[in-house]
Amino acid sequence: MINITNLHKSYKIGKNSLHVLKGIDFIVAEGELVAIMGSSGSGKSTLLNIIGMLDVANEGSYTLDGVPIKNLDETKAAKYRSKFLGFIFQSFNLINYKTALENVALPLYYQGKKREERQEKALNYLDNVGLKEWATHLPSELSGGQKQRVAIARALVSEPKVLLADEPTGALDSTTSSEVMALIQEINNQGKTILVVTHEEDIAKMCKRIVRLKDGVIVEDTLVSQIAAI
Amino acid sequence: MFNRDNWIEIFDTIRKNKLRTFLSGFTVALGIFIFIILFGFGNGLSNTFQKFFNDDNVNSMFIFPGSTTEPFKGYESGRRIKFDNADLKAITDNFDNYLESISPRIYDNATVKYKDKSNNYSIRAVSPSHQYNEMTIMMQGRFLHEDDISHKKRHAVIGRLVAQDLFKNEDPIGKYIDGSGHTWKVIGVFQDDGGDGEERLIYIPYTSLQKIKKNTDEIDQIILSYKPEIGYEGAVEFEQKLEKFLKSRKDIDPKDRGGVYIRNVADNLKENQQFASVLQLIITFIGIGTLIAGIIGISNIMVFVVKERTKELGIRKAIGASPRSIIAMILQEAIFITTLSGYFGLIAGIATLSLIGDTLEKDYFITNPYIDISTAIGATIILILFGALAGYIPARRAAKIKPIVALRDE
Repeated sequence: MINITNLHKSYKIGKNSLHVLKGIDFIVAEGELVAIMGSSGSGKSTLLNIIGMLDVANEGSYTLDGVPIKNLDETKAAKYRSKFLGFIFQSFNLINYKTALENVALPLYYQGKKREERQEKALNYLDNVGLKEWATHLPSELSGGQKQRVAIARALVSEPKVLLADEPTGALDSTTSSEVMALIQEINNQGKTILVVTHEEDIAKMCKRIVRLKDGVIVEDTLVSQIAAI
Repeated sequence: MFNRDNWIEIFDTIRKNKLRTFLSGFTVALGIFIFIILFGFGNGLSNTFQKFFNDDNVNSMFIFPGSTTEPFKGYESGRRIKFDNADLKAITDNFDNYLESISPRIYDNATVKYKDKSNNYSIRAVSPSHQYNEMTIMMQGRFLHEDDISHKKRHAVIGRLVAQDLFKNEDPIGKYIDGSGHTWKVIGVFQDDGGDGEERLIYIPYTSLQKIKKNTDEIDQIILSYKPEIGYEGAVEFEQKLEKFLKSRKDIDPKDRGGVYIRNVADNLKENQQFASVLQLIITFIGIGTLIAGIIGISNIMVFVVKERTKELGIRKAIGASPRSIIAMILQEAIFITTLSGYFGLIAGIATLSLIGDTLEKDYFITNPYIDISTAIGATIILILFGALAGYIPARRAAKIKPIVALRDE
């Protein structure tokens, strides 16, 4: 599903350049649930952003579902993101003046789906994350766990090939974290490829494979026996 | 642009961000409102000015006799020049090419009585063409006729205020008033734009007055109007020729600055028009200034709005919005709000101006403030365009930002 070879990324900070990713080779097959681990500054978020086409690499190749991702301009990136990817962020990133349902329906709007279809499908996905009753509530009326579940529903509604989660439980307490991870596991069990960036060991152990980054290179890549979140 | 779904999304955003919508809308509405009010007041000022100086017909000349200041042909200086009926005829005969109409004017004063009411009024003894020169407007009855002149009839045309004083609610036409021991028949009531003083006058045939004054043929002043087609240059030429003619006729030194005075309304008009155009320039300057202030206001708000929405735009991009759709969204929203509020400002401004109407005329010299509808709409469109442009620049930048940058500041 994801095929990355010899990926380099550096940021210019003033006169110095900060080499964040120093040659990453990384392959993810369909249906995998991969945890990307590392301390802060290890490059894990940068890797996820490049996979998510939110950022571009300086060097190396990246293929997503057989499509080479290169020479991205913003329009093309937007198209690919809309087609291939769903995002889950640590801070949820819901639009605060839109209801849960409207937030979930928004990706479909950008896919040009009809209004009735958007509403129906969004409600369906909200139901899947157990928040059908909360459809008309604003994000400010939801708990952290509920917000993250709305965000997951929003990530799923466009039926992406890959779900990218950047510290999805970073802002949640342990009970809620487990609930969210259980949801992610369930989605993965239905066959969705999911990448989770985390720095928490126990969250990583709920995945099927752990990739450890340190100073911009992969230092460990192991398949683990998954622990059920709940 | 005309996609129904887009508009639903935009209305939704507008509805749910009332403060933001209000601020940008208010700026535009206020900008247009102030522009219209100031521009309208400027025009009102200009109107008052026009009214003040356009009391007399523009192609009129007033000829006054004076005292000579140079001795000439055996006469001493300081001789008082007088006009008489022969001068009137001489001008008529010699300047037929230039002349449209001519009227003498003799000033007098009289205590005028009707029934138990009496009052002192200024009298002007004139000929019929005087109506044209002074732009006297008849309200009732008629002005003097040639017939009144040739038959020296005791007919009087009274001012609006004279009629009000003497007749109250009575119809003055055909009534007889008493002036200086003679009876005069009122044949008309007039009004004049020159102010109250001009409406507290009585016009009578000049021949009738001359007859009463022991058959004198003296006249105080000559008022004439020239043919408009001779133009300003023609009028100046006419004035010079006329002065030369009168000076030689009255034995006045051609170099004498006194003796005869000619006031050409066209000269005044030219000065007045210069003043009016300066006024217009100031008005335009104020208008442009207001508009620029409005543009700066809306630009500030648009920049602020886009800045405030950076994160939201980042989210939208992360879930699949193209840069184009982001720009389109911000622009459509901006144009929609500015158009609507610009329209409100336009209506409110025009309504306020018409409400003010002439209430400021007396104290503030603002007469009938108005603005051309095309100027008002033009200003609104300019403000909308700049509002859109001011939204476009930050929107384009926002659309270019990588979503990751937009989402980073937590």
